[in-house]
Formats: sequence, C-alpha cells, structure tokens
Amino acid sequence: MSVSFDVVVVGAGPAGSAAAMVAARAGRTVLLIERGAYPGAKNVSGAAFYAPQVLEALVPRFWDSAPLERVLTRRAICFTSPSSSLTVDFKNAGWAERPYNAFTLLRPRFDRWLAEQAVAAGATLLCETVVDELIRDGSGAVRGVRVRRPDGDIEAGVVVAADGVNSFLAKQAGLRGELDSHDVSLGVKEVIGLDRSTLEERFNLSGDEGMTYEFLGSVSGGVSGGAFLYTNRESLSLGVIVQVSSLAERRVRPQDLLEGFKAHPAVAPLVRGGRLIEYSAHMVPEAGVRMMPRLYGDGLLVAGDAAGLCFAVGLYLEGINYAIASGWAAGEAAAAALDRGRTDAQALAAYQSRLEQGFVLKDFRRYRSAPRFVMSERLQNVYPGLLTGLAEQVLRSGPEPKRKLISVARAELARAGLPMSQLVRDLVDGGRAFAW
Amino acid sequence: MVSTTLEEKLATVRFRPDEVPHITVDGEICKDCTLHSCVYACPANLFSLLSDGSIVFSHEQCFECGTCYVACNLEGAISWRYPGGGLGVSFRDS
Repeated sequence: MSVSFDVVVVGAGPAGSAAAMVAARAGRTVLLIERGAYPGAKNVSGAAFYAPQVLEALVPRFWDSAPLERVLTRRAICFTSPSSSLTVDFKNAGWAERPYNAFTLLRPRFDRWLAEQAVAAGATLLCETVVDELIRDGSGAVRGVRVRRPDGDIEAGVVVAADGVNSFLAKQAGLRGELDSHDVSLGVKEVIGLDRSTLEERFNLSGDEGMTYEFLGSVSGGVSGGAFLYTNRESLSLGVIVQVSSLAERRVRPQDLLEGFKAHPAVAPLVRGGRLIEYSAHMVPEAGVRMMPRLYGDGLLVAGDAAGLCFAVGLYLEGINYAIASGWAAGEAAAAALDRGRTDAQALAAYQSRLEQGFVLKDFRRYRSAPRFVMSERLQNVYPGLLTGLAEQVLRSGPEPKRKLISVARAELARAGLPMSQLVRDLVDGGRAFAW
Repeated sequence: MVSTTLEEKLATVRFRPDEVPHITVDGEICKDCTLHSCVYACPANLFSLLSDGSIVFSHEQCFECGTCYVACNLEGAISWRYPGGGLGVSFRDS
C-alpha cells in the first residue's frame, strides 16, 4: 500500500468531521473521506442542532462563522386528530442568548463548514470517493480502507466508520447485523421557501429567533412515526418520519404522507403561500441501544448514525450533538491508542468508556425503553386522539349542561375503547420510559 | 405551490446518475414476493410492479436512503451499494 494515514475517517458528516478535527489536533495525520461531491451532499436532518455546547468546546464561538439558520427559543409539541390539534408551546427568550439551547441549520451548508474546520485543523479532505471495503490483516484487524478508485488501497492506523445509518463498514466488520425495519425510520422532507417577514409574523418570531414543531398522531397517516416543522431564516423545513416496518405494512407512499401532513388543518396555514425549494429523504436510526452495534473492534471505531446514535424518543429528536460528541471521543481514542502504539480493540475500548462517562451513552441507557414506548400502537394511534378528544369535549360549547372532567374523561376513554387498566399500565410504562 | 406532485418534488433535486445502477433487483427472488414493500416504501417511487409480477427499477433519481432494502422481506432480492464518488444525489438546500 502506497498511501498511509494515522487515522482514516469515512464520512464527512458531523461525526466524521469532529473525529478528523480532534485526531488532527492531536498531531495525527488524518484522511477524511466523503463519497458526496462535497460534505453534506448526502446528508439530511430536520435539522435542529441541540446541545451546541458540544461544538463550542471544539470550535469556540462557532456561531460567528458557522452557517446557522435560527436560534431556537420556542418548542411546540402538537398532538393531532384528523381535524383538531392540541399544542404545548414553550418559549424561553433566554435561549436566544449564550449558552444557546439549539439552532436550526441546513446540512449541506453546515456539514461543509464543519469539514472545513477539520481541514483547518490539519486533516486532508477527499471528496467524491466511495469506500467499498475495509482492509484487514490475517487476524481480522482493520488496517485500512479500499476506495472505488484505481490503486484505491489506503493504509490506516485506525479507521473511524462515520458512514451513516446504512454503515456498510460496521456490518462488514461484523460489529452489527442487518438493519431491522422496526429499528429505522424513513424521513421525507421538504424545504419550503417563505419570505422572511411573512415567516416571522406567522410564527411570532423576532430577529434571528426560531421555533420547532413536533407533531404526533394522525399527521403521520396511521403509520408509526411523527412529523416536524422547523423555521429557517427564509424557509421552513418540514417532514414526516415513519418507521420503515410500519410504512411497509400499511402500504402507503411516503410522499402521500407528506402531502397529508401539509394539508392537516394545524399545518396548512403555516405553510400557505410557500414554494418548494428541495425535497429530500433519508433513513434515521431510531431504536437506541436496541440497535446499537459494538462500537469498536481491532483498528476500527464506529461513530454517529453508523453507531445508531440518534436519540429519537418523542420529546427529543436529536442526532447532530451525539454525532459530534461520538466523533470527538473517537478521534481522541484513536490518537491516544496510536500514541501508545496499540490499536487493538482493547486499546480502543477507551472510546466506549468516554461515551459511557459523558452524556451520549448515559442518555441512551437512561431512555432505553423510550423508543419502543413511543412507537407503540396506543401511543401512536390512541393517545393523541384521546388528548385532542378530551380537549374538544372540555372546550366545546353548546346548549347542553356542562359535564365535569371525570365524566368527560370516562366517556372519552370508552370512546377510544381503552380500559382503565390499560391506561394505568401504559402510564407505568411511560413513567419507566420518561419519568424514573 | 405548497401541494406538489412527486414529479415536482423530484424536479427540485439534483441527481448525477452513475452509469452503472447501484441497486440491482433479483427478479427470480422477487417472483416469490407478495408484499412488494419496495414499491410502496421508496420515497422516489422508483420501483414498479409489472402485471406479470416482476419488479422494475430505475436508479437515476435515487436518494440512496436504503429504505428499499431494509423494507424488503426477502433476503438477497435487493443488492445495494453506494453510487460512484460524487455521483448520485446531491442535496443543496436541505
């Protein structure tokens, strides 16, 4: 092999660029390989970037130079039935100031910028290059990658697989099996342009402030999943994210779900008058620890979506922060292992320890039962309707005598066909998932 | 327009198709399939079911999301890899 780097990172998304940046700063030679024409060309998120402190620790005052859309000061969670919606809408003006709580962004721009930071740290970025396989020695240890180019063998001390949700590299290395259609969701998304003043008036925003909507219930057309709508500077990012197994079972088309979502009475007024800028689709790893591969092997680390590190548990829909944090830990573990002259699995185990000690694996372990709970039939198809039904019964007016809450609740439970015992069991499950 | 057809949606996306399809469908295996999940799940509607029960596929407007092979219930029916470097879909504004 003629070309050799200390660390080869596959995939210039947030995980890969963070890994490359950290390893390069530790004095290592780093090659960051991206199959797209530029970093971000293949990447899709909502995109809301939570816990931006993770990036600030790597790139101080990143908001001065990073292409961000809006700083999030408002989060709304909306439960829907076909004709009604009940929204919990939280605003904190303090989130417009440091430490910022979250930003919206557009991935093709943001990922490009983040990869530039890795290059500024000394990494070499190689775009338009597909990694087809890992090169392994006789003992099975990873020694490099084979790219789809003439003389495409590249030697590496450590390979970081940050190759996204499909991670063929983690699979090839035997760190995970086939993806299960229950564990991944398909997101279909549109970016819809709106002029800035209309957008700010419509969403009650001032300056650079932005908001996110998360939708549960009938907006996903009976398919397990949910929907989102985020404000960018002069556009909206919105989409439907549905479990692949459920999508296949229901035999509906994702683009029809997206159209149904935009036509929902809670959504239609928000997107009115907008024009489609770009349609996109991507898979999301949503099952948490249930789908997590082994995170390291001899000469190999797995980070970001490739490691299943997307935190999708209803209230939270976060991935970029976990990608950056895991990439950072991978870059650090790779550099430390190389410093000690050992890159076997035992030497690279520090990667997982670091994730266990920080927020990444603490979050995933603490909320380990939440993904299944959120995707359960009743949470998807019964409770959102129950909530909107309750709200409707309490808030409607008419010439009949008003009932008190307990009688309304009993009637709604009966209408939903939900026995009290089931409700209690679900409350306990929900409590386990989210409360204790 | 806020409401758009799939054709209008796909017209907003830049694709530089690889000459070699990066996905192949094994018709022999597909013949035994009754679910045709790929036909429904693909967000670009690239799979079509013909009247003789076979599946035809076009790769030019593929998002490379992987949903088809994950949704597929028959092992080996869909072989999937990434298109060549720099080819395939390029998102710009998402």
